[in-house]
Amino acid sequence: MSVIYVLVPVASVLAIAAVWAFIRAVRSGQFDDLDTPPVRMLHDDEEEPRAEKKAGPE
Amino acid sequence: MAAEPAATTTAGKAARVACAHCGLDVPPGLVVEGAGNQFCCAGCRTVWDVIYGHGLERFYRIQESSGAAAMPALTTGRRYAEFDDATFRDVWTREVEPGVRTAELYLEGVHCAACVWLIERLPRVARGVIESRLDLRRSLVRIVWDERGTTLSAVARALDSLGYPPHPARDSKSREARLREDRKFLVRIGVAAAAAGNVMLLAIALYGGAYSGVEAERGAFFRWVSLAFGMVSLAWPGSLFFRGAWAAIRTRTAHLDLPIALGLGAGAAAGAVNTVLGRGEIYFDSLTILIFLLLVGRWIQHRQQRWAADSLELLFSLTPRFARRTGGEEVPVEALRVGDVVEVRAGESFPADGTVTEGESAVDQSLLTGESRPVPVAAEARVCAGAVNVSRPVKVRVEAAGDDTRAGRLMRLVEEYSRRRAPIVQTADRIAGWFVAAVVALAGATFIVWLRVDAAQAIDNATSLLIVTCPCALGLATPLAVAVAIGRAARAGVLVKGGDALEKLARPSRILLDKTGTLTEGGCAAIEWEGDAEVRALAAALEASSSHAVALAFQHDAPARGVHRIEHVLQTASGIEGTVDGRAVAVGSAAFASRRVAAAPAWAHAVHERFASRGLTPVWVTVNGNVAAVAGVGNPIRPDAAAAVAELRHRHWSTAILSGDDPEVVAAVARRVGVPPEDCRGSVTAEEKVAIVEEEARRGPVVMVGDGVNDAAALSAATVGIAVHGGAEASLAAADVYLSRPGLAPIVGLVAAARRTLRTIHVCLAVSLAYNGVAAALAVTGVIGPLIAAILMPLSSLTVVLLAFWSPTFGEPPCR
Repeated sequence: MSVIYVLVPVASVLAIAAVWAFIRAVRSGQFDDLDTPPVRMLHDDEEEPRAEKKAGPE
Repeated sequence: MAAEPAATTTAGKAARVACAHCGLDVPPGLVVEGAGNQFCCAGCRTVWDVIYGHGLERFYRIQESSGAAAMPALTTGRRYAEFDDATFRDVWTREVEPGVRTAELYLEGVHCAACVWLIERLPRVARGVIESRLDLRRSLVRIVWDERGTTLSAVARALDSLGYPPHPARDSKSREARLREDRKFLVRIGVAAAAAGNVMLLAIALYGGAYSGVEAERGAFFRWVSLAFGMVSLAWPGSLFFRGAWAAIRTRTAHLDLPIALGLGAGAAAGAVNTVLGRGEIYFDSLTILIFLLLVGRWIQHRQQRWAADSLELLFSLTPRFARRTGGEEVPVEALRVGDVVEVRAGESFPADGTVTEGESAVDQSLLTGESRPVPVAAEARVCAGAVNVSRPVKVRVEAAGDDTRAGRLMRLVEEYSRRRAPIVQTADRIAGWFVAAVVALAGATFIVWLRVDAAQAIDNATSLLIVTCPCALGLATPLAVAVAIGRAARAGVLVKGGDALEKLARPSRILLDKTGTLTEGGCAAIEWEGDAEVRALAAALEASSSHAVALAFQHDAPARGVHRIEHVLQTASGIEGTVDGRAVAVGSAAFASRRVAAAPAWAHAVHERFASRGLTPVWVTVNGNVAAVAGVGNPIRPDAAAAVAELRHRHWSTAILSGDDPEVVAAVARRVGVPPEDCRGSVTAEEKVAIVEEEARRGPVVMVGDGVNDAAALSAATVGIAVHGGAEASLAAADVYLSRPGLAPIVGLVAAARRTLRTIHVCLAVSLAYNGVAAALAVTGVIGPLIAAILMPLSSLTVVLLAFWSPTFGEPPCR
C-alpha cells in the first residue's frame, strides 16, 4: 500500500495541471462570452461559397 | 413599422402577403402587383438586397431553423460621417498594428442566432474588414479593419444596411477592467473548487480511517497533503475574505466577511497546529468547501448585477452622440467647439447649448426643466443641450459644449452627490456585527469553562465552536436571494444596479415623484374635448399640416392623409385656419377664435375657465363662424399613475410630487393621481430638488422617481433613485433602478418584490442561525463529533440555497 505515497503526489500534479489549464482558458477569454459561441458553432461547419475563396487573399 | 395586418382590405387581395425579409405582413398599400418579392418597408428591402447581393441568403435558413421571432429591419440610411472624425478615432478606436484598427460598436436589432452569422460575415459585405466578432448577450461587435482598404464610416454604413445601426460603445476601458476582474474571480473559483475537491477525497479516506482504522503514518501523510491544499485555498481564493475583514476593521464597519474570516482563521490555525502535532481535527475539508460555496454565491450575485449594468450601458450608447455641422457634415459631439453652427432636425436633441440663428421651431425642454409644454423658439432664442427640437429644423450657434453645457454642469452635480452619499448597510452586514460579538463571547466562555476540566480540551472546543458557527449559510443567503430577485426583476422590466437598493425599498418610506415624464407622458395631447365630437377629426386634419407645439397635441387624432380635402391654410402664432372639406375651420387661442365668430357662447367661456383651472391649455375650434368645440391640451397622465400611487399609499408609502412645472399644473395632476396637495411642489429647479431630497433624507430614507436631467442630481442624492422609461441619459447614470417599461406599475411591483426579498433573506438568516445555534450548543458541550459537523454544515447551506431559489420574490405584479 505504500504505492499511495506515489499516487497522491501524482494526483496532486494532475490537479495542478488541470487548474493551470483552467486559468489559461480563463485568461485567454474563453469564459468572457458564454452565449455567442454555442450559436456560432452551429454555422461554422457549412462550406463557404466559392466566391469567398477567390476573394480572400487577405 | 410593419405589423399592420394586411388581410381583409382593398382590391381583391384577400390573401396576406409576407415580407420577403422579415416575414411579417406587407401593408396592402405597399404590395407591388406582379413583383416576386414583396417588402413591408424600405428597410427590409435594403437589407434583402444587401444579403442577396453578397450571397448571404443562408441567413434566412438559419433564422428559420433558430425559430427566432422575425423583426423588421432597422436601417436608418445615415452616413455615419462622424465615425471618420479625428476626435472619434482617438476616443473610440484603437490601433492593433500599423494600418489596422479595431473598434467596439453596439448594434441595435441584434436578437438571434442568424444575426450572429450575418454580422460575422461582415468582411464579405464591406471590403477591408478583417474580422467581425459579435457578443450576442451584450449586442457588442468588435470590428478589425484595414485603414487602407476602408473607413469606419463605410463599415458602419454596411452594418446599417444589414439592419443593425451601430453606435460607439462607451467606456471600453472600464469594460476591460471589469472583464479582468471577472476573470480573476473565475480563477479564484476554479482554484477553490480544485482544492476543495482534493481535500474532500483525502477527508473521505480519513473519515473512513477513523472508523476502520488507519496506519498512523499514512494518516499523518493525508493530513499533511490536506494542509497543503487547504493553505493554497486559504491564501489564494480565501484571501478575498481576509481582505474584506481587514477593510471592515479599518473602517470600523460591520461586514459579513468579518465572521467568515474569523471562522476561517480559527479553523486554519487549529488545523495546522493539529497537523503538526498529529492529533485532533484538521478541518480543512470544511474550510475549503466553505470558501468555494461562498465564492459561488458571490459570483452569482455579481453576474446578475453585471447583467443589469450591461443593459444600462447599451441604453446609454443608443443616445445620439453626433452633431450635424451646417453643410451636412456629421461630427462627434466631442468635436464641437464654441462658434460652430450646427443644424438640428425635427425630433433630434440639441447637442450643445447655443443660440438659434436660423429657423423657427418648438423645443421640448421637459427633460431639462420639467416644463411640460414645448416652448416656441425663433432666431436669437437660447436653447440647451438635451432639449428636443420638436417641429422644424433650426440652425444653432454653439455657445457651450460638453461639460460646460447646463446638462454637463448638472452631470457634475450628479457625480458629486453620488460620492457624498453614505453607503447602505445591508441586513447581513448589520447582523454580522452582532454575530461576531456573540460568537467571540461564546468561544471565550467555552474556553474558560472547559479550562477547569482540561486545557487541551478547552482549546479544541473553543475552536470547533468558531468553525461550526462560521456563517456559511449566512454568507450564501443574502447574495443568492438578491441575485434571484434582481434576475426576476430584469425579466419584469426593472433593472436594478445593486442589491442594497432592493433592501432599502423593502420598507415603506417617503417617495418623491417627478411630474413631467414620470406621472405624465412625455408629449402633449388633447386630453379633454368639449363640444362636437365629429369636429375633432377636422381640427386634427387641419393641424396635421402645422408643426406648432400645440398642433402636435392633435397628431394622435389625425386621420390618414388624403381623407380630408384641406385648402387655404393660413397659420399665425396663435392659431391656424383653412377649409376642410369645404368648411371653414379655425383652431387656436380664445382670442384667435373669437375673431371668427359673431359671439362666443357662454358654455365655451365656462369650459375655457374649467380647463385653464386644471392646468390645461384651452384651444378653441370654430367651424363656419360658430364655436364647435373647446379642447384642453396638456400632458396626459399615465394610465396607471393613479392606481400605482393608490397602491403605494395603501402600502404605507408617503407620496409627494416634486416638479419643475407650473405649480397650478402640478396641483391639477396631483388631484388626478391622488397625492395630497400639501405634498406637492411646483416650479422647483434642479438645484432645489436636490436640496429638498437632502433635507428629507436627513429625516429618513427617500426614494426619488424621475426621468429628466433636472432630476438626475436628486436621484443620486436620494437613498434610492428610480429612473423611469424614456428618461434622459443623465437620469440613467444617476439612478439605482431603471424601469425599462413605460408606466409606474413596475415601481409597485418592485416595492412588493423588495419586501418579499427581504423576507426571504430574513427566513434564510433565521434558518442558518438556528443551524448555527444548534451546532454551537453541541460544540460548547463537546458533544459534537467531526462527522456530525461535516454533515451539518453543507446541510444548512443547502437549505438556505433552496429557500432563496424557491421563494416567490418577483412573481405576479400585484398592481393589476
